Amino acid sequence: MAAIIELENISKHYSPTIIGVDDVSVTVEDGEFVTLLGPSGCGKSTLLRMIGGFEEPTGGAIRLAGKDVTWDPPYKREVNMVFQDYALFPHMTVGQNVAYGLKTLKLNRAEVADRVKDALSLVGLYDKVDQRPQQLSGGQRQRIALARAIVRRPKVLLLDEPLSALDAKLREQMQIELKHLHEKVGITFIMVTHDQTEALVMSDRVVVMERGKIAQQGKPQDLYDHPASPYVANFIGTTTFLPGKVSKCTGGKVTVATGGAMFEAETDHSYSPGKVVTVGLRPEKVRFLAEGETAANTITGKIAEVIYYGLGLRIAVTLSDGATVYADMLLPDRLSHSKLPEIGTPTRIAIEPHNVFVFEGNVAP
Amino acid sequence: MNLIRRNLPGALVVGIPVLWIALFMLLPYGIIVTYSFWLKKYPTFVPAFQFGNYVTIFTDPQYLQVFLRTLKISILVSIASFLLAYPFAYYLVFRCRSAALRTWLYMAVIAPLWVSYLLRAYIWKTILGTEGVLNSFLISVGIIDQPSDIFLYNQFAMVVTLTYIFIPFMVMPIYTALEKIPVNLSEASADLGMGPWRSFWHVTLPLSLPGVAAGFTLTFCLSFGDFIAPFLVGGPDGNLIANVIATQFGAALNWPLGSALAIVMLVVVLTIVSLSDRMERKGMVGGH
Repeated sequence: MAAIIELENISKHYSPTIIGVDDVSVTVEDGEFVTLLGPSGCGKSTLLRMIGGFEEPTGGAIRLAGKDVTWDPPYKREVNMVFQDYALFPHMTVGQNVAYGLKTLKLNRAEVADRVKDALSLVGLYDKVDQRPQQLSGGQRQRIALARAIVRRPKVLLLDEPLSALDAKLREQMQIELKHLHEKVGITFIMVTHDQTEALVMSDRVVVMERGKIAQQGKPQDLYDHPASPYVANFIGTTTFLPGKVSKCTGGKVTVATGGAMFEAETDHSYSPGKVVTVGLRPEKVRFLAEGETAANTITGKIAEVIYYGLGLRIAVTLSDGATVYADMLLPDRLSHSKLPEIGTPTRIAIEPHNVFVFEGNVAP
Repeated sequence: MNLIRRNLPGALVVGIPVLWIALFMLLPYGIIVTYSFWLKKYPTFVPAFQFGNYVTIFTDPQYLQVFLRTLKISILVSIASFLLAYPFAYYLVFRCRSAALRTWLYMAVIAPLWVSYLLRAYIWKTILGTEGVLNSFLISVGIIDQPSDIFLYNQFAMVVTLTYIFIPFMVMPIYTALEKIPVNLSEASADLGMGPWRSFWHVTLPLSLPGVAAGFTLTFCLSFGDFIAPFLVGGPDGNLIANVIATQFGAALNWPLGSALAIVMLVVVLTIVSLSDRMERKGMVGGH
């Protein structure tokens, strides 16, 4: 696979103190689905807009299929964008909106009609060709925006929070649809989102951004299972953080003492005893022990709170030092047929050593 | 009784304006319409029902000529205002980076509306006259050596003056229309391969047409009924329809003819207003 987009040391400094994007280098392979993930203000949208040509970087270079396009205006780049609120032209019909991008390609009438039909059929809305965008629902407009962007057959499709304006149910459905569309058209997709689920479901690779820099990039499962920092662990999924000190470190295993418990974890680092670290625990990896059952990393505590979320329960357990660890309990039976833990009862929980994250320093976000 | 008391506030809110309009708009219109059928009989005029006044307007070439001149001047004023106002409004909305400068420039356009209309028309007399600013300037830079009287008392002076006076009514609706266009529409247009000029032509201009139509309607109708500028800067061939009407009610003492002229003028203006209204409604100009 060849690189289609190369971002080389891209920076966007609005002023010496206001920095949008800071020295970011990313390479996107042809046909890949890459997501830029981060909270608002982390620079992900600015980065996308620089790829589209709507903003100029203050440093670095952007290459599209090997050609330097850093200073090219949007209309000279073979990339197309799906805008956050779709930016459909209200004075044109759906068909005219989709055909708009073909005006400069010097196609004949039949070719234009064919391409419009193909693009609209791809998103299943060819029957709306003569309607105005404002007559359509949010989800339909979203699809028209997609059709309008892919009709030019760009090298790269940019998606700026494409699903954020849709309601939850439709968003879930569109995530899958977009993923299938990506597989079907074979164009490289670069998407910006602040929704971690969206990023995990749709992308081949996720680039997590933090204050203008890349925090970590990799496959969704790598980011989820091996977060490089508490920031990533906290942004993707839920993590409980406990500060502690290394008490022992030998042969790929480290033992950390926190105020309320001892944790054994697998590691490829070597820590010297006494070093300050932070332990990270995912609630869904923590399980409740049955009476008499023994396991590694057994912790005792008291149930402080029970949160019901349909699929299961998230239970807050208070340790002896007052720290709280969250643990998930799936509900195989209906709530009325389940034996529920009561608040205040002592309980024992455990987590496998290969599921414990250890971060250097007292770095809980 | 109860019913009346419950509906009293509503009746007042609706009733007072209705009464006001009936008394000060519909009634005067009725009077003018009535007068337009009366007969001129020296030294004044007598009640009658005949169409003689309207026949005079459409057969006597001097009235037709004034109507055409008024039409010409109003169209020229509208076009001149549009050509000046559109780039200005465009600059304010899309190019002006500083919000303070934008507000300041916008106020600069609106502020003359607070100055007396008469004064604003009079200013151009002092600018364009033989002793005026323009002549002094041209002499001082050596383009001419004698003050020229070609600037004042003609149709050119009238168009300049009326354009100056009515341009805020062109700027305001265009500014409002442009401001409502989301910035990402021009971005989308650029993204789809269109350069700045074509983006303007295909996206920004069509979407601002409701404002342009409103601006044209306002400046056209206002110029069409103006009689101060012709009086101050118009000169011998500068009589507009409103001046003729004023004369009929004054020196000529022919109220019936003046009324008939006023009715014809009203019909022209109402036609323009309803046409522009219908155009906007049909969505010919812009979306909803």
